[in-house]
Amino acid sequence: MKVSLGPILFFWPKQKVFDFYEQMLQTSVDTIYLGETVCSKRRELSTAEWLELASHLAESGKEVVVSSLALLMAESELSTLRSICEKAPVKVEANDISAVQILSEKGLPFVCGPSTNIYNARTLKLMQKQGAVRWVMPVELSGHCLQTILQQAEEMGFADKIETEVFSYGHLPLAFSARCFTARYLDLPKDNCKFSCIDYPEGILVKSQEQQKLFNLNGVQTQSSDIYNLLAQKAEMQAMGVDMLRISPVEEDTAQIIERFNAVDQSKQNMIPLSDEFCNGYWYAKPGMDTVSEFDAI
Amino acid sequence: MELVCPAGSLPALKAAVDNGASAVYVGFKDETNARHFSGLNFKEAKVQSALSYARSKGVKLFVAVNTYSQPDGWAKWQKAVDIASDVGVDALIAADMGVLDYATQKHPDLNLHLSVQGSGTNSESLSFYKNNFNIKRAVLPRVLSLKQVAQVAKKSPVDLEVFAFGSLCIMAEGRCYLSSYLTDQSPNTCGACSPASFVRWQETDAGLESRLNDVLIDRYGEGEKAGYPTLCKGRFDIDGEISNVLEEPTSLNTIGLLPELDAIGIKAVKIEGRQRSPVYVEQVVKVWRQAIDEYQRSPDGFNVRPQWTKALAKVSEGAQTTLGAYSRSWQ
Repeated sequence: MKVSLGPILFFWPKQKVFDFYEQMLQTSVDTIYLGETVCSKRRELSTAEWLELASHLAESGKEVVVSSLALLMAESELSTLRSICEKAPVKVEANDISAVQILSEKGLPFVCGPSTNIYNARTLKLMQKQGAVRWVMPVELSGHCLQTILQQAEEMGFADKIETEVFSYGHLPLAFSARCFTARYLDLPKDNCKFSCIDYPEGILVKSQEQQKLFNLNGVQTQSSDIYNLLAQKAEMQAMGVDMLRISPVEEDTAQIIERFNAVDQSKQNMIPLSDEFCNGYWYAKPGMDTVSEFDAI
Repeated sequence: MELVCPAGSLPALKAAVDNGASAVYVGFKDETNARHFSGLNFKEAKVQSALSYARSKGVKLFVAVNTYSQPDGWAKWQKAVDIASDVGVDALIAADMGVLDYATQKHPDLNLHLSVQGSGTNSESLSFYKNNFNIKRAVLPRVLSLKQVAQVAKKSPVDLEVFAFGSLCIMAEGRCYLSSYLTDQSPNTCGACSPASFVRWQETDAGLESRLNDVLIDRYGEGEKAGYPTLCKGRFDIDGEISNVLEEPTSLNTIGLLPELDAIGIKAVKIEGRQRSPVYVEQVVKVWRQAIDEYQRSPDGFNVRPQWTKALAKVSEGAQTTLGAYSRSWQ
């Protein structure tokens, strides 16, 4: 099984982005997704600079994929998307059906990202026929669902034509909105947001009035405050036929997390402890915020 | 302009039909539709009666099969599509590409609308649904500003329907898992957001508390109006500050935008609220029928009447209304 690095979901300064990827080149990560997927107003790197960075990283021999925006509401956003699909030196990850439309029309292979809403084998087959060569399961689906979809894909005769990737580590992307919650928190109008999410490199923590950690605000995106962690489910995923595990970038320790995912000794899976800050409920068809230990799950 | 109205029961459907709906939309009694609430919705035989009643008054009936089918439940979604087609409904409203694909292959004559849950927020995405499933209409998510709606309308390959009144989703529909993060059920998977079975109310010394799967969603002081704990409308803590971090309890009301929506070329306006009572349906539909009729009689002299605003405010969540995303400042 391979390990991938998902796109940076936060808004980081340009130099920090460059430094981060230079560091990632030194890790054992197999695939790097990069690009702006959350907010079109974030322009520390222009589209051209993202594509240049993609070319540069691809020279290392690692697979590189350009990820595209998830919620497209303006003509200008569609123009950027068209330009990415046209000029990307590598494959593109579609995070909205608009990207599927553009890429399939061009006859280009693509990856279906986690927000393309593939909930069943029939939809998966349809995407594969359009040109998808890999898909990322919606984060709210369980391991059981995944297993069933993959079995059905096998029965329908297309399982070997598409790779499966699972969001396996990071703050879960839970929702997209037209409203920018970072700007709202700072009492700024969205049109004059001052790009203030750059001051929150890992989002803004939202707790209940009882101090229970709930969400993480990242501009127009709402994430889980807890880190979803499927490290302990690696062997299970391998047995199912999952091809790739996605790690979503965090400020510190991303390299270390990659190495843990890549190097973990499969005979010791159950010995990996889950801390309070981790959740894995979705995998067990429970509330996403729940933490189920391997022992409980059996 | 078509007025599309909600019905979660036969009495609500009759209220919609009798008060001026052009079309009524309903769902089956299971998780195949996005308002899967207990005691609500239609069994197969009831859909037949609903259709007969609507048809007898010249009103259309749409059926929503607009959640996402998971592999174990595929037969349910398939059956829902088959029933809708066999009964002869005027349109099937769907979101899941697998469901749309099945409907297209199995029932090529079935009129398909893309549900708001399909997240079709731009013209390229709508082209995909048109090219692959021959959808005739799309319901736009409640995230677009009026200017953005106009941009989509200009290039859309299909007719457009927009939300006109009712509960406001702050998140892009079909792209929100907040509910399953706290409860294991989401609009996409089960047709439920912040499901009632997880709600608990508790009087405490600190005030009346509303909880969703034990998570404190809000706490009300004396005299404060308590609302259903839809989780995005709760009051949470950021750095010691308590506020409606995501959204206040409020309703969408676009009655004043009727002329603009018409000018843009919007073909239908939709009232939200299949979970609401027949009285709600009656009041809202009556006002909107009057407004559309008045607008069509005299497009240039259209003014929102104070009694409409008053009647709509009475049935609004939180008793306040907003233009939502249609007004850029809300975003």
